Amino acid sequence: MTEQLDAGLVARQIAESDQLSDPSGVREVGRARRRKEDARLVTGRTMWTDNIQLPGMLYVAFLRSPMAHARITRVDVSAARVQPGVVAAYAGQDLADEQGSLPCAWPVSEDVVIPDHPPMAVDTVRYVGEAVACVVATDRYKAADALEAIEVDYEPLEAVLDMTEALAEGGPRVHEAGNQAFTWKFAGGDIEAAFRDAPVVIDRTYVQQRLIPTAMEPRAVVATTDGDAFTLYSATQIPHVLRVMLALTTGIPEHRLRVVAPDVGGGFGSKLQVTAEEVLCLLLTRRLGKPVKWTESRSEGNLTVHHGRDQLQRISVAAERDGRIRGVRVDLLADMGAYLMLVTPGVPLLGAFMYNGIYKMDAYDFTCTGVFTTKMPTDAYRGAGRPEATFAIERAVDELAHELGLDPIEVRRRNWITHQEFPYTTIAGLTYDSGNYEAATDRALALFGYDKLRAEQADRRDRRDPVQLGIGVSTYTEMCGLAPSRVLGSLSYGAGGWEHAAVRLLPTGKVEVVTGTSPHGQGHETAWSQIVADALGVPFDDVSVLHGDTAVAPRGMDTYGSRSLVVGGVAVLRACEKVKDKARDLAAHLLEAAPGDVEFTAGEFRVRGTSEGRTIQELALAAFAAHDLPDGFEPRLDADATFDPENFSFPHGTHLCAVEVDTETGTAKIRSYVAVDDVGSVVNPLIVEGQVHGGIAQGIAQALFEEAVYDSEGNLLTTTMADYLIPSAADLPEFVTDRTETPATSNPLGVKGVGEAGTIASTPAVVNAVVDALRPYGVHDVPMPCTPERIWRVLGGGGGTGGSATGWAGPTESEGGAR
Amino acid sequence: MPEQAHEITLVVNGTVRRAEVPGRRLLSDCLRHDLGLTGTHVGCEHGVCGCCTVLLDGEPVRSCLTFAVTVDGREITTVEGLADGDRMSPVQRAFAECHGLQCGFCTPGFLCTVTALLRENPAPTEEEVLEGVSGNLCRCTGYQNILKAVHRAAEIMAEES
Repeated sequence: MTEQLDAGLVARQIAESDQLSDPSGVREVGRARRRKEDARLVTGRTMWTDNIQLPGMLYVAFLRSPMAHARITRVDVSAARVQPGVVAAYAGQDLADEQGSLPCAWPVSEDVVIPDHPPMAVDTVRYVGEAVACVVATDRYKAADALEAIEVDYEPLEAVLDMTEALAEGGPRVHEAGNQAFTWKFAGGDIEAAFRDAPVVIDRTYVQQRLIPTAMEPRAVVATTDGDAFTLYSATQIPHVLRVMLALTTGIPEHRLRVVAPDVGGGFGSKLQVTAEEVLCLLLTRRLGKPVKWTESRSEGNLTVHHGRDQLQRISVAAERDGRIRGVRVDLLADMGAYLMLVTPGVPLLGAFMYNGIYKMDAYDFTCTGVFTTKMPTDAYRGAGRPEATFAIERAVDELAHELGLDPIEVRRRNWITHQEFPYTTIAGLTYDSGNYEAATDRALALFGYDKLRAEQADRRDRRDPVQLGIGVSTYTEMCGLAPSRVLGSLSYGAGGWEHAAVRLLPTGKVEVVTGTSPHGQGHETAWSQIVADALGVPFDDVSVLHGDTAVAPRGMDTYGSRSLVVGGVAVLRACEKVKDKARDLAAHLLEAAPGDVEFTAGEFRVRGTSEGRTIQELALAAFAAHDLPDGFEPRLDADATFDPENFSFPHGTHLCAVEVDTETGTAKIRSYVAVDDVGSVVNPLIVEGQVHGGIAQGIAQALFEEAVYDSEGNLLTTTMADYLIPSAADLPEFVTDRTETPATSNPLGVKGVGEAGTIASTPAVVNAVVDALRPYGVHDVPMPCTPERIWRVLGGGGGTGGSATGWAGPTESEGGAR
Repeated sequence: MPEQAHEITLVVNGTVRRAEVPGRRLLSDCLRHDLGLTGTHVGCEHGVCGCCTVLLDGEPVRSCLTFAVTVDGREITTVEGLADGDRMSPVQRAFAECHGLQCGFCTPGFLCTVTALLRENPAPTEEEVLEGVSGNLCRCTGYQNILKAVHRAAEIMAEES
């Protein structure tokens, strides 16, 4: 705690006196700096994993199971082995002794079942796409050809696809131990009392459809060895975590294994994984003594990159007649897929603390059951648990408003934590440190033209316009900046949540920053440079940021969970402070003054009240030369720092969406979208806005477009980008974005993180709008994605299989239905 | 049966390049792996995402849906050929200026598409820009800044012409 306060003090001092990065006095933090990364990226001078060519490199192709669930009775790779260019071919059995089991780092509960997860199936396959054999050849095309010569005999077993059926007694089992992966409960307050005699109870079930993260860069792996040490290049978000996990999985000693994340083309959680292909490529290079490369095809990726969401959410809200929420009860089924991967079972837990949203209540009760099915495992996808939670509570609050005949904004106002109440400890036990929901909402309402749109809506309802207007509200918060290590430990997570940085002043006065974060589109090189420029008073362009290679940046916890700036950026600042303290001592020595009399302004240390000083660049050279240093002063101006936050950070905001729904065709078209986010202090508004845009796009995509579909045999039907539809520019509206700002108090930069906010906020805003448009038809839900067909069916088209609508119920009837 | 190789000649970014490729070699693989022009990216290999877009005699094509042998003798421009020496093209500058990229994987495809778009139509309307880039997918940006970048590129081109 003391350390936190000190850090805050230091930051304020920088803000007040030191943070003038150049003589012109312009602060870098807060500037819309154009990104350092871009010159390379727009000229094609990038290094993606698939670009890597090494002498003697071989190419790997995997044969994948066409069955969702089957016993493997025979695999014969001998015919493949003699195909042109083929160097080796293996079945799972050939690797069984050395391949180990893919790790799950989050054993969430006492009862958790973590099944053995061989990287290559040995005797049983449990999802379509699971690797059953591989070929290693001199060329990628030849490797693919040779797969056709491999013979596999399968004895089909029954697929397990539906979570509720999977939990029923006597059905087919995905694993011997059964289909229940774990149960996890959490409660605060007296839930029975909250629901007893509650004047209003909203009870809803929502389906979080399965999603495919779809980073634009397909995964790729290159593994190589000199016979002693190993290097693995991978399109990963987590080179550091991966190194530890691969060492534990393969037995390659950690100090003989280097992991490199070269340029990585997006992740969104999908590259937060220890994949079968990474393990297998390491094993293959160990066996063959040659570098190997594997690059997935998009169809292979849709099958075998971990999927996201896939939860069945039952949420009940007990409320007073004035709209005040008494309690929330959540019963969740979470589809794990066939195995527990790196953080699979932890994903719903990240939502467990968020179903209360921004609202005050007396009681909360959460139960989650993880379920095995014969599908691709699920794991983190942008927001991981928190979009699901936010969706459920924001949908339910809109339902409550409708039930009571109140405006959805008004119901929220009656329940949310007011800005005077921060810091506020919620019913879920988290302490929200800062925020101002009123300010963000008022700003959003003004930008949106809320009253005018409501008037138009009323008019369209009166006219029975076939194109109805709906208005959706989402007032979200999220816990991010993962995270305090001791909290992660209390949740049985296998690692900490700290982040590391090192800052080195080079002899010429330039600065190298080593960060443990691993950016893949977030612009850390730019943002970290801004932080350093202010903290050390050096030009922005004099800072280089090194990352993504365990040989260069040996310590780190990597990039996910909107944590990089909140944890890693702060570590960079802390390291700068240490460097500055050393430089101050050196300056005092050279200026023959007491360190306390030396002040730092715009990159120069001066004796207070005099014009005599030394620039930080002069000090860098003096430290390098080492001719005249204070006694005991090591001849270098560098330092490192590891930051472990005391709390999560809690960005929040208000998103408003207006949707026009054509009730004759079922088409939902977003007419306007306003997002006002409070992500705390902002280092680079350009990057923040970009993150918000991209996040909103992915959240809208869940609401309207995307769904991973398995057929009744467990075959994935959405294996191409033509079948799994991610939105194009033409599918999205213009976003109006703005910010309010309440700095986080848990870190000296005051930052909260922004990577996931848009995705978390937007899905319920859009679906609330679609449902709102259809209220006059008695519609209370449209399952996601709200495609034209689904909306049409909910409205009674094709016999009306999807909802309760029986035709126009009228605007009057649809209001004020409180029990 | 050994695969027959075909010798082809391409003029890539103004340089005559020869390659021996089997008939089934995709132009995207030929550029990336035979010619070492890794600025062209492969995002789906089935013609949807547009990451692999290059200019064939000035027209945008999906290099993942094009066999290298079918473009023997033709001129190809990839992202590596868009800049004029050290000076980035207006489209490249506009994308950086407008933060029209994050991870940058889809970017070379967009740059090629937009280069052709603005050559055909130097002052496109908002609708025309939307239409023009809707065949390229991006997962990071939500497209807002890409659309801005296209308009900005048109502006830069007008200023500099």
